[in-house]
Amino acid sequence: MSAATKHKPMDRRRFLRDASRGVAGCALAGMGLTQFISDARALPAQAIRPPGALEESDFLAACIRCGLCVRDCPYDTLSLAELGHDGAATGTPFFTARDVPCEMCEDIPCVVACPTGALDHNLTNIDDADMGVAVLIDEEACLNALGLRCDVCYRVCPVIDKAITLELSPNTRSGAHAIFMPIVHSDHCTGCGKCEKSCVLPDESAIKVLPTRLAKAHSAEHYKLGWEENNPLVDELIDLPDRLPGSGTDNLAAPGGFLPGDMPDPSMEGGFTSSIKLPGTGGAGQ
Amino acid sequence: MSDKTHLPVGAEAIRDKGWLTAHKYLLLRRASQLFFLFLFLMGPWLGIWWVKGNLSGSLTFDILPLTDPFIAAQGIIAGHWPALTALIGALIVGVAYALIGGRVYCSWVCPINPVTDGAHWLHDKLGMTKGWQPKRETRYYVLGMVLAVSLLTGTIAWEFVNPISMLHRGLIFGVGFAWAFVLAVFLFDFAVSRRGWCGHLCPVGAFYNLLGTASVLRVTAKNRAACDDCMDCFAVCPENHVITPALRGQDDDTPLILSPDCTNCGRCIDVCAPEVFEFTHRFDATPAPGRVRAKSTPAPRADKAA
Repeated sequence: MSAATKHKPMDRRRFLRDASRGVAGCALAGMGLTQFISDARALPAQAIRPPGALEESDFLAACIRCGLCVRDCPYDTLSLAELGHDGAATGTPFFTARDVPCEMCEDIPCVVACPTGALDHNLTNIDDADMGVAVLIDEEACLNALGLRCDVCYRVCPVIDKAITLELSPNTRSGAHAIFMPIVHSDHCTGCGKCEKSCVLPDESAIKVLPTRLAKAHSAEHYKLGWEENNPLVDELIDLPDRLPGSGTDNLAAPGGFLPGDMPDPSMEGGFTSSIKLPGTGGAGQ
Repeated sequence: MSDKTHLPVGAEAIRDKGWLTAHKYLLLRRASQLFFLFLFLMGPWLGIWWVKGNLSGSLTFDILPLTDPFIAAQGIIAGHWPALTALIGALIVGVAYALIGGRVYCSWVCPINPVTDGAHWLHDKLGMTKGWQPKRETRYYVLGMVLAVSLLTGTIAWEFVNPISMLHRGLIFGVGFAWAFVLAVFLFDFAVSRRGWCGHLCPVGAFYNLLGTASVLRVTAKNRAACDDCMDCFAVCPENHVITPALRGQDDDTPLILSPDCTNCGRCIDVCAPEVFEFTHRFDATPAPGRVRAKSTPAPRADKAA
């Protein structure tokens, strides 16, 4: 750079040449690096971040991949992703619920250990953790969904009866029993993965923790559940006149529907003979 | 150039000072590299958790946090203000290296240094040509590129490819295919570019280089009048352009090697039979007369050999 300050034409030329080479070369390398990063930051669905982890886009700006959370995890749940073996960005912490789920320590040592805040230190109650949401992903294989009483995912849930409840419905196959359907409630589910770990099915679990971004849909902003919210959408309901029973209605079953005498004369223009018989009217309209 | 130029590197030093003294700082440096690696491996290997983490961030004796300031800087540029622990850690590391020389990290701590030294040794043994030699300033462009990509992608960009972290974390936590990055650096230095990685391209080195611009610990060519032009210091120095101003300086030029490129590896002290070099501090004003034959020294040739 001192060459440039001396204002020798040749030195300036050399400086400009070297600088443009450096910039061009690094721009090329930078594009490659950017491309590599955009590929590498795609977090696979089965890789769950530790409790308190920031959104993935913020996480990769915050996590320095030091592994202190891994060291302080008493259950060896967490590990650092290895290049080519695990899908998460190399060296970042994750766990696979089917292998070792999060035991939801009350003192959350992994979060305390994080020096940068990539695991948010504001998380002090592990029940508020949001590592993901359990989803009963295969209702065809789930034993409870088939009408049997497995209940294991429900029993092992650390937030039992809140995060997973069993909802009863008639078993139409047997006609005599109930189906105890495991239902996950995302506002209580922490994504610890104990249900996924414990599912008795071989190999894949019927219930899986998915990242919240995949598992959750959002209602449109203007949707209202009328049975939960009493305030009407419009201030005053328009009160339309009630339709009175009688001639012209098609309410056949209700009392006050077609009366035998009111039936149109089949012989008149546009008239017809009803193909059905009203109960108790003995062939009305004949 | 003298007759001694053609002797094997360090031959006179070994003859005059003994093998051990002629390899003192090399051995100390290898010991230091092993020591810092072993500190981190004691936990996973022996269950002694004095130090947890890795070079990116660590916790010693459950109290002393250390953070790589370059990684912290990338994180900040990417948009995350680190928690206090990481900031304190980065400050401690930053101040320490600012005092003892930023690139002391490169030569005394970095686990990639033995890899590139090994590549250079093999490269030398096989008498290979130096190959592609990008300008030494290239590393600053790479440093700028890394910071720009951090800003652009909102990530700590270099950690996706950093061979230092790949190797260090790999040894401590499990390596996966990250060894490929280490092999790539070895092959690059061995076959593509002599001493190409650490001295020309590595942005971590560039960062620590800037960090140590005003470092206190320096090497001086105090006894430069005794130089016999054997050129061994130029042969062993990974950043040999730093030697010339000090060694070839006139009486009133400082004998201190003030370039922040100097890694304070001390290898020049090892191989110098007349004991021209020694460690000192940057405020050392001991007069050091230049060599009598300074004018007739074929300095351009020395540069070329460098």
